[in-house]
Amino acid sequence: MTPGIDVTLGEVAASLTLVAIAIAISRWSSAELEGEMGIAVLRSFVQLTAIGYVIQLIFDDGSLWLVAALLATSIGFGTLTARSRAHKVPRPTLPLLIALTAAAATTIGLVLVLGIFEASARYLVPVGGMVIGNAMTASAVALNRLGDEFAQGAGEIEATLALGATARQAALPHLRRSLRSGTIALIDSTKTTGLIFFPGTMVGMLLAGADPVDAVRLQLILLWVLLGAAAISALVSTALAYRGFFTDAQQLRDPPPP
Amino acid sequence: MLFELEGVVLARGGRRVLDGFDCRIRAGVSALVGPSGSGKSTVLRLLDRLSDPDAGTVRYRGTDVRLRDPLELRREVCLVPQLPALLAGTIADNIAFAADLAERQPDHDALLGHAGLDPAYGGRDVSQLSVGEKQRAMLARALALEPRVLLLDEPTSALDPGARSAIEATIARLADELDVSIVLVTHDLEQARRLAAWIVRVEAGRAAGEGEAEELLLT
Repeated sequence: MTPGIDVTLGEVAASLTLVAIAIAISRWSSAELEGEMGIAVLRSFVQLTAIGYVIQLIFDDGSLWLVAALLATSIGFGTLTARSRAHKVPRPTLPLLIALTAAAATTIGLVLVLGIFEASARYLVPVGGMVIGNAMTASAVALNRLGDEFAQGAGEIEATLALGATARQAALPHLRRSLRSGTIALIDSTKTTGLIFFPGTMVGMLLAGADPVDAVRLQLILLWVLLGAAAISALVSTALAYRGFFTDAQQLRDPPPP
Repeated sequence: MLFELEGVVLARGGRRVLDGFDCRIRAGVSALVGPSGSGKSTVLRLLDRLSDPDAGTVRYRGTDVRLRDPLELRREVCLVPQLPALLAGTIADNIAFAADLAERQPDHDALLGHAGLDPAYGGRDVSQLSVGEKQRAMLARALALEPRVLLLDEPTSALDPGARSAIEATIARLADELDVSIVLVTHDLEQARRLAAWIVRVEAGRAAGEGEAEELLLT
């Protein structure tokens, strides 16, 4: 364990007290969230424990190919998870896969080229995981909104097509709103960081006994990298996915009812 | 003939909305008349390729519309939908958007005038307009393309009788003053008679008759 912190399994188990309180509140208020909470606790325990061992293996081996395989798997799961939020969008899988890959490749590539992090498993695994997770959330929210925009705005979109506008011109106001939806949460949390909440990396470093200034610097890098990743992911996913709503003849596949 | 439809079939959600639709639409002011759900709005959407038929042919001035570039066709044959759907911003923004698409220099005052709106309306935000004003703004925006044909889908269905008469007067004036043909969809036979010289009657996805308004409405 790191010198500043030593966590036993008993202490981890003790933190379940709070989950027990949450479950009690859910039962008392008939919110019926007990099952969901139980599944969430179980999944987080199994998934994190498993990934902990996998990461340990990758760190011990040091192979960048293993890092790439782990990140590719994360992108795959991220795509599937985001797809379930984009059920109103026709054929969202490929746009999501490209968006997550583009976000991960650009941001990780950039921090390596700029020399912010060295190309080692110790940096690439946690940073890559955070980047892909945030990119997934951003594109899932953006495509979810895009689906709603096309469902509710079909009349306006077709009225614009009727003027001889291209599919892109007709979709543009809706693309903008979707892009905004996908990135606004991260922009807001970046704005309020340090005032309302302390981000995870910084907290982790402080708990592990790091110098606060170092912790802050690393956190700033991560915040800005994540902001870029979210924007790239939302932009690429919406820019590719909107085409699925239109035919080659610039018609809506699912026109508004007459 | 301005438009000819031959053996047009179009299904939607497993239902045949048009089932062997044949008709001719003449230049000038024509009307597609029929009850709600008869398929007349669907015909209108086929005329500027907002949809393509599953079978059959739609011809505009003798050419299959599928051989035309859809964007060019829609700027020449412009559809104004039943429900006003303007872009966010002012009426002038909407007119400028359409004029840019057709690479025209819009005369805002003249366009507003043709649509029966005072020139002062140009700066009005579309969210502050009544339904009738929005309908007129849609008309002004369509005219900014300088189309050869206007397709008007139930242009007065959402209006009170006073506003309806005013829009009808505007449509009649447009046909007289501008070199533009108008195809009007309406469920109102009387309105078709007041405005159109050529009428196609639409019933259950088929054309039940077509001809000069006076002759057809006597039968």
